Amino acid sequence: MNSTFKDVRFYPLGDTAIVACLGDEISNPTHDMIQCICNYLEEYSFEGFTEYVPAFTTVTIFYDPITVSYQSVQSHLEEMLAEVAAHPEKPASRIVEIPVVYGGIWGPDLEIVAAHANLTAAAVISLHTEPEYLVHMIGFAPGFPYLAGLNEKIASPRRAVPRAAIAAGSVGIAGNQTGVYPIETPAGWQIIGRTALRLFDVNRDEPTLLRAGDRVRFVAVEDRAFEISNKSGYGN
Amino acid sequence: MGINVLKGGLLSTIQDTGRFGYRKDGIILSGAMDTLALRTGNMIVGNDEHEAGIECTLIGPGILFESDQLIALSGADLSATIDNIPLKMWRPVLVRKGSVLGFGAAVAGCRSYLTVSGGFAVAKILGSRSTYLRAGFGGLKGRALQAGDYIPFRERYQETLHDFNWSCDLSAFYPDLNDRVIRVIKGPENELFSAGSRQAFFEQEFQLSNESDRMGYRLKGPVLALETPQEMISSAVTFGTVQVIGKGDAIVLMADHQTTGGYPRIVQVITADFSKLAQLQSGQKIRFELVTLAQAQAALLHQEQQIKQLQQTLTFKYNNDI
Repeated sequence: MNSTFKDVRFYPLGDTAIVACLGDEISNPTHDMIQCICNYLEEYSFEGFTEYVPAFTTVTIFYDPITVSYQSVQSHLEEMLAEVAAHPEKPASRIVEIPVVYGGIWGPDLEIVAAHANLTAAAVISLHTEPEYLVHMIGFAPGFPYLAGLNEKIASPRRAVPRAAIAAGSVGIAGNQTGVYPIETPAGWQIIGRTALRLFDVNRDEPTLLRAGDRVRFVAVEDRAFEISNKSGYGN
Repeated sequence: MGINVLKGGLLSTIQDTGRFGYRKDGIILSGAMDTLALRTGNMIVGNDEHEAGIECTLIGPGILFESDQLIALSGADLSATIDNIPLKMWRPVLVRKGSVLGFGAAVAGCRSYLTVSGGFAVAKILGSRSTYLRAGFGGLKGRALQAGDYIPFRERYQETLHDFNWSCDLSAFYPDLNDRVIRVIKGPENELFSAGSRQAFFEQEFQLSNESDRMGYRLKGPVLALETPQEMISSAVTFGTVQVIGKGDAIVLMADHQTTGGYPRIVQVITADFSKLAQLQSGQKIRFELVTLAQAQAALLHQEQQIKQLQQTLTFKYNNDI
């Protein structure tokens, strides 16, 4: 692990950010390194630091160029990487269960995914609830997780015509990705179910349910339970 | 003690200088498109420069003042009037109870900022008063202003403040909006574009299309292509990032841009030119000019020094010129 920290490449993203790039492939070791860096940045900020955004293979660090120069941010980050390489420390990984009502009005595309995979709807649900998915990064929408771990058998092409709006909580598949929509948004994903959990709620202390590094498991639940939880105010 | 919205206008939203610190959670920056204009407007009425104002887009709103207030209008010239008399921009103006702020034709620019002394009384959410339209929070009920809305002032207008006969020298820090050259530095994937595309990018003009909003501007111009087509791995993007999507169109990301993107980033507009970008109207043409990172940061530093000077002058005014 230590040696790979030396291959980090830096480049600017405009005049207010620097990107630390840890490679060109999405992998668990790269993800772990990024987690270590983020963990460090949460603990030790530096002069001119604004915020950071982790992604699959990069951590982008925003800074105030009036206070601090690109060069000094880069040397600071190099020192930080040496520190992190010597004492790699990941934040504790959390496992989040997401209850999903599959099919029917909640998942109108479940049959399409099943037909594409040449499987029954029940088999699709079984394959979707089997893995522990890794949240590689959050992006696209507030609290939207980019999950790795979808079984290739149920990978499905996007819808030819995207829907103008899908409800918050919709669980979808597009290509070899699966995800949950935190807010109502237009989308081209195949929607296979819906969760009553709110992935984003601005009124919570922590508005986003998931963060990079979390592990997610989908759990199939009955329609009825979903309706009840909806009534208690946790639905859409 | 506040304003009544008589009509909403095309898109009038409450914005401050942005919601920082949450981009890692996918929560966008939001904030004024032209922060330079908003910050200046705030300074003119004696506010903290990061205070929230109303961003008025192209066709401004109609606003009734329910009490006396010291205001400023900065940014685009959208033919603003107070009780049908032209309103002087970029200076403190005392409006009396019952006055109506109206707007007319867009003479220059696209976005005008209304700031009031003490600011508007809307809640800070996640550290900012900016409206996040898509997620439906911030500003006034997370949406654009509409007829019937009432927005209270945070502070009662102090008679000690007055509309002193002063306006700021715009040319010192605010770009000429007729200058359509936008300075950029290379984007992370610049070298992946074909030599022809890179050359065309700087030689040819781009036109702002109708598909342009607070999230981003779609530009009409030369078709841009990678030397070798390839999939990008999603990574952070920011205000001013120029992505190339689909069949080779350039998109400039603006204040409401998503936090991450998966398209090749050909260039990045420099921060010092954000106002020029924010004030473009659809149909207008721009050209890009390549500068270095050092030049970009020097331009920003210069702009900030001018703003600081303006701030000092204004602080002096408010403390001594009463």
